[in-house]
Amino acid sequence: MNPSPGTGAKCQLLFTVNGEARKVLAHPMERLLDVLRNDLALSGTKEGCGEGECGSCSVLLDGMLVNSCLVPVAQATGASIVTIEGMSAHALMIPLQEAFLACGGAQCGICTPGMILAAAHLLEKTPEPAPADIREGLAGNLCRCTGYQQIFEAVAMAARRKVRK
Amino acid sequence: MRERHIVGASVPRKEGWDKVTGAARYVDDMVLPGMLYGATVRSNIARGKIGKICFDPSIAWNQFVLVTAKDIPGKNCISLILDDQPCLAAETVNHPEEPILLLAHADCRMLRKAVDAVSIEYEPLPPVHTMEESERQSTIIWGTDNAFKSYLIEKGDVDTVWKEAAHIVEGEYFTGAQEQLYIENNGVIAAFDPENGVTVWGSLQCPYYVHKALMALCGLPEDKIRVVQMETGGAFGGKEEYPSMIAGHAALLSIKSRRPVKIVYDRMEDMVATTKRHPSRTCHRTAVSKDGKILGGEIEFTIDGGAYATLSSVVLSRGTIHAGGPYYWPSVRIRAKAVATNTPPHGAFRGFGAPQSLFAMERHMDLIAQVVGISPVEVRRRNFLKPGQTTTTEQTIREDLDLDHLLDRALELSDYAAKKARFAEENRNGMRKKGMGIAAFLHGAGFTGSGERYLNSLVGVEAEADGGVRVLVSSAEFGQGTNTVLCQIAAEALELPYEDVAIARPDTTVVPNSGPTVASRTAMVVGTLVQSAAKGIKQTLMKTGLLGDDYTPEQFRASCGEFIRTHGALKSYARYEAPGDVYWDDEKYRGEAYAAFAWAVYVAEVSVDLTTYAVTVDDFVALQEVGKVLHPVLAEGQITGGVAQAIGFALYEKVVWQNGRMINNQMTNYIMPSSADLPPIRVFFEQLGNVHGAHGAKGIGELPMDGPAPAIVNAVEDAIGVRFRSIPLLPEDLFEALQPVPPKQQGPSSTRGTT
Ligand code: FES
Ligand code: FES
Repeated sequence: MNPSPGTGAKCQLLFTVNGEARKVLAHPMERLLDVLRNDLALSGTKEGCGEGECGSCSVLLDGMLVNSCLVPVAQATGASIVTIEGMSAHALMIPLQEAFLACGGAQCGICTPGMILAAAHLLEKTPEPAPADIREGLAGNLCRCTGYQQIFEAVAMAARRKVRK
Repeated sequence: MRERHIVGASVPRKEGWDKVTGAARYVDDMVLPGMLYGATVRSNIARGKIGKICFDPSIAWNQFVLVTAKDIPGKNCISLILDDQPCLAAETVNHPEEPILLLAHADCRMLRKAVDAVSIEYEPLPPVHTMEESERQSTIIWGTDNAFKSYLIEKGDVDTVWKEAAHIVEGEYFTGAQEQLYIENNGVIAAFDPENGVTVWGSLQCPYYVHKALMALCGLPEDKIRVVQMETGGAFGGKEEYPSMIAGHAALLSIKSRRPVKIVYDRMEDMVATTKRHPSRTCHRTAVSKDGKILGGEIEFTIDGGAYATLSSVVLSRGTIHAGGPYYWPSVRIRAKAVATNTPPHGAFRGFGAPQSLFAMERHMDLIAQVVGISPVEVRRRNFLKPGQTTTTEQTIREDLDLDHLLDRALELSDYAAKKARFAEENRNGMRKKGMGIAAFLHGAGFTGSGERYLNSLVGVEAEADGGVRVLVSSAEFGQGTNTVLCQIAAEALELPYEDVAIARPDTTVVPNSGPTVASRTAMVVGTLVQSAAKGIKQTLMKTGLLGDDYTPEQFRASCGEFIRTHGALKSYARYEAPGDVYWDDEKYRGEAYAAFAWAVYVAEVSVDLTTYAVTVDDFVALQEVGKVLHPVLAEGQITGGVAQAIGFALYEKVVWQNGRMINNQMTNYIMPSSADLPPIRVFFEQLGNVHGAHGAKGIGELPMDGPAPAIVNAVEDAIGVRFRSIPLLPEDLFEALQPVPPKQQGPSSTRGTT
């Protein structure tokens, strides 16, 4: 049951999603997460907690990693948003995805889109992360399946491969 | 000549690519045309009679679909073991958050307000909130005595051992409720039409449990219920029985509205209303010889089942059988009971009763060591089960078990002796005290006793005209690797590349009932059946002369094509056959409890900070013997994930109850470990050789949940010398215990545990 966003009037909002200009009609206080999933059919962004704790709903908003369950869609007006679906062309994606597969970084997979976005964000800022950087860079993303270790290994492997290339 | 050994190799996870690209489809990602959204109106008291239901006139109720117990076409129950739990409470409620009324609307945003606009009057009845109150039976809330189930295990004559004992060691131990906290909440979509009946797509572990429950609830025949498992974002037991409830609710709304209905819980609803690990209390009274050998003992194991029977009897069973740990008991009496309280039913959670009773056993071993005056290492060594000896249920250990070797390896890998000596020295000064703790334990794979025989699982393997092979099982993937491991086994049996084998999505119209995905049974029990069904395909092709003894994948494909052109279809099934020599007595609880046990020794290194009262685990060694490891990366992931959950169970995850209701039902105040909270978890596998299962694999999924909590609390005691007997162990508990005034509820005897 999603929280009700208030009964205010809908308005037209413009932003860029995965490089494309999009226009939606939504309540300004609606969660960006719901607009992405319901109005734009981008279901790769997941909801785990709805209160900013788990990071499953992570997206990049003007290059910043945010929890889309906490962002009222009005706040994203004019911004550029990247979701897991829009990452396919990103240079880090193939190394990250392959490393997640090789290391066992995805079990049930529900945290994985958020984890991969967080990892990509980390590697952009810190191309050669120390183990502590990885631990810290992913601390906002909860995973109940893996105990994180294989996720750390995956990020380290992706970094090594990327740097070598 | 061909490259063999797909089994044992870390092949890519079958559904892995979809997961890393965000393409994997979970139930909340699915939208059907004309779909409504459902919500649940729940009780806000623990026990009482339902009175008038009032609907606030400010809501346009004619836009909503409303369902109460009166709308149920079949039987108002969630059919499982006993049919005592209603799908919707009709006259009385027995726990907070019990479903009473269902609502559906085309706009999910309208639901929250509508749920709040329903008010229900109650005539309250006295509730029972603790196991002790329940056992006193002054208020009867379930059956005639508040007991869902009890077991008695008797081995030898325990009444005669007390007089020979040099020491009688008593201890009482408690474990709290724990939320599974899969990151994907419970959710389903149900669609009804008169011709096809009910179809349910959901996040679930056991398609045929839901199938059975819906037949009874909807009053429909077998072929009018279809259950499809969607990609499932974690389960850990938490999606074993509850999906039948939520699927029932969505089905009822769909039957009434003739539209598809989606119900997906938000986190708060999932945490407050669905199952958790059973809280437990275990009392040990052990007769011990002068040199630390167990002569016999009495164990009382009690779990809080919540308001309805659900799976408590089987959780209790596993906890009871594991209560004696990996030790030899010449005599023992184990009394176990699952009692009712007015709280939402507790249910399946990884380990299934064993983490509770093993916590007690492994804490108690350290107490015995202290009383006798030997080390925690030595007391375990002197009591380990050996080949030829029998367990508490008198199951003979037939495998080449060498627990001493496992212990030695674990001590070596954790650098136990050197660290222990060093910490003893360093702990004299400073506010940060360090300690080492051990736990030795076992976990039985598969259903208990006669369980597998009753399940009578059926598995299929099918070849298609292009030579592609599909495994047909109802065993669900929810992260643990079912898809991958079963495909590996089939590929190896058929001598085909792993890529040529796929697995069907669990859909009750497509796959046979291979039993529930629980009890660490998939690799061992279902895997063995997949292996023989796959071999059946090969034999069929060979017997019809289409395939020679030695073949290439191309020849296999060609022969499948030819067979199917002539005969239409190529399928092979295998059904579980109980090994003839297995003895199990359900009445006396005696005999071969499990087809195989996995064994383990875990070592925890902790620090206790005496300024913040925080405990941190600094290093963790998890050494286990699980038979053949079918997929090293997946196996390691099962262990690290299980250890992380168990660290949460020990140190972080506390369910706060108020009048039978969880009041910290958010991720902000129920704390699971994040990446910053966990130590390196060092995983090691040893193989002792084992006769059971496909390629000799035993179960692995639940084992890592059993050992960490006692190892950690043992390490805390080693660090600061305080004997804790309950988990979760939070900083406030340390703070309280370390106050200069001695705690008041000190036990009467010097050998009793203290809070
Ligand atoms: S759903 Fe947004 S942080 Fe959990
Ligand atoms: S893989 Fe399941 S929550 Fe991370």
